[in-house]
Amino acid sequence: MADEPLVLGIETSCDETGVGIVRGTTLLADAVASSVDEHARFGGVVPEVASRAHLEAMVPTIERALKDAGVSARDLDGIAVTAGPGLAGALLVGVSAAKAYAYALGKPLYGVNHLASHICVDQLEHGPLPEPTMALLVSGGHSSLLLSSDITSDVRPLGATIDDAAGEAFDKIARVLNLGFPGGPVIDRYAKEGDPEAIAFPRGLTGPRDPAYDFSFSGLKTAVARWIEAKRAAGEEVPVRDVSASFQEAVVDVLTRKAVRACRDEGVDHLMIGGGVAANSRLRALAQERCEAAGIRLRVPRPKLCTDNGAMVAALGAEMVARNRAASSWDLSADSSLPVTDPHVPGNHDHVHEVSKENLYS
Amino acid sequence: MLLLALDTATPAVTVALHDGTAVIASSSQVDARRHGELLLPAVDRVLAEAGVKLDAVTAIAVGVGPGPYTGLRVGLMTADTFGLALGVPVHGLCTLDALAYAADIGSGPFVVATDARRKEVYWATYADSRTRLTEPAVDRPADIAGKVAGLPAVGAGALLYPDTFPAVHEPEHVSAAALASLAAERLAAGEELPAPRPLYLRRPDAQVPRNYKVVTPK
Ligand SMILES: [Zn+2]
Repeated sequence: MADEPLVLGIETSCDETGVGIVRGTTLLADAVASSVDEHARFGGVVPEVASRAHLEAMVPTIERALKDAGVSARDLDGIAVTAGPGLAGALLVGVSAAKAYAYALGKPLYGVNHLASHICVDQLEHGPLPEPTMALLVSGGHSSLLLSSDITSDVRPLGATIDDAAGEAFDKIARVLNLGFPGGPVIDRYAKEGDPEAIAFPRGLTGPRDPAYDFSFSGLKTAVARWIEAKRAAGEEVPVRDVSASFQEAVVDVLTRKAVRACRDEGVDHLMIGGGVAANSRLRALAQERCEAAGIRLRVPRPKLCTDNGAMVAALGAEMVARNRAASSWDLSADSSLPVTDPHVPGNHDHVHEVSKENLYS
Repeated sequence: MLLLALDTATPAVTVALHDGTAVIASSSQVDARRHGELLLPAVDRVLAEAGVKLDAVTAIAVGVGPGPYTGLRVGLMTADTFGLALGVPVHGLCTLDALAYAADIGSGPFVVATDARRKEVYWATYADSRTRLTEPAVDRPADIAGKVAGLPAVGAGALLYPDTFPAVHEPEHVSAAALASLAAERLAAGEELPAPRPLYLRRPDAQVPRNYKVVTPK
């Protein structure tokens, strides 16, 4: 529909420079430039390397998105950008670009929340989000259970990881197994040929007295690393496929069990899963199985929309326009710890916004 | 010609508008922590003061540093994106050159130094306010004392290390007005200005911080 808002979204919270364009809930372009290869030899994302790459990639990626979408920048109804949470220096590159672009084009600017964007992106795949929606966000940076009755104004955190993010655990185990970085895809691949019940790794925070919706992957990570080291110390070969499958099973078992329980407890009949780990084939399969058994409809976007991208930011920006949410002001700042309860950063602050304690200059 | 100049490579967030003859509006704020917040409102103020809209601008000049990276990128990303949206050329100028251009020193040679943090300075030497003699570099003041001995100095980096830079002249901070005037002069002389790419001078700290990527509030 031509009267739906046409929005360009910019995402730079980690190592992907993403620029997406949507019209309402229709995806028109999803251009991504990744610096992941530059981080591989360090075994994790190096913030300064990511920030430098964002600066170089931004203009070409905007140009590519406009070309892919076949639209003119003049026709945009708004510019959306990830204001946080994320790496401070990386976020600031995207925020600077979005502000300059919106200002130069005379368009409203929407600083939006990265986590809410991960949820909203599913509108591009499966149509408008049911209200309420339960969302399980799992990536290298986040592992949260969120309940949203309106993605532009009400996102409630039910639980989150108390230590490592799920994706982080994949990266660390891949490092112990010498499988490289990032760890998610390669462990998924090896796990397909392994036995998920070969080794009984612990399920974190699943005891009767543990918080129902919080996650912990640190103990699992240590248990897997110890098991591998013990094998090596005994001079035995490490069964990479079985370790991968058993470790992965421990992660996705807890994730899906808690997500389904949250849906049941809250009386929500839709579960969406987003974030990079949502690309994991075993997570998708087990979630499908358990949701079906519980009468819950599962919504998982295609993998490219699950990882960080600009389309998800544009999707949330379009929703902000459609629902007449206040635009951000020109002094919008990058907020590395933007609370998940703030889906966007409106210009007329009705709350005092704490100035970042970090020195963004260094 | 209407040239918009900006520089965020140092603690100064500075913007100026030059009409080919003179600077017609400018703004400078010194705040090392809020480059991202201050720059766009400053651009907006400067344009309003001159009574023009951004789309009247025909070229952009931006300080490419050297400077601490996070702040430096705010100006470069803003300039790059303005250039894209407006379809106008974006020129890069060395931030130290703009400081030298504004130096309150009769005749050279002299040295310009800005604060590089970590007990180091970004610096270069000049024959006069328009002629740089050395490539911009980053060093500990004590290590370059011999090279700059006897030279008067300009810039906040020099003020920090009086042992190495005993004679310091104005200005302390770079101004986009000076950057704009220098760019306008060079463009009028038919010079080609460099591309707006950052002068980092240091490799990134290649360390993955503990709990990298952990962004969900606890
Ligand atoms: Zn993410």
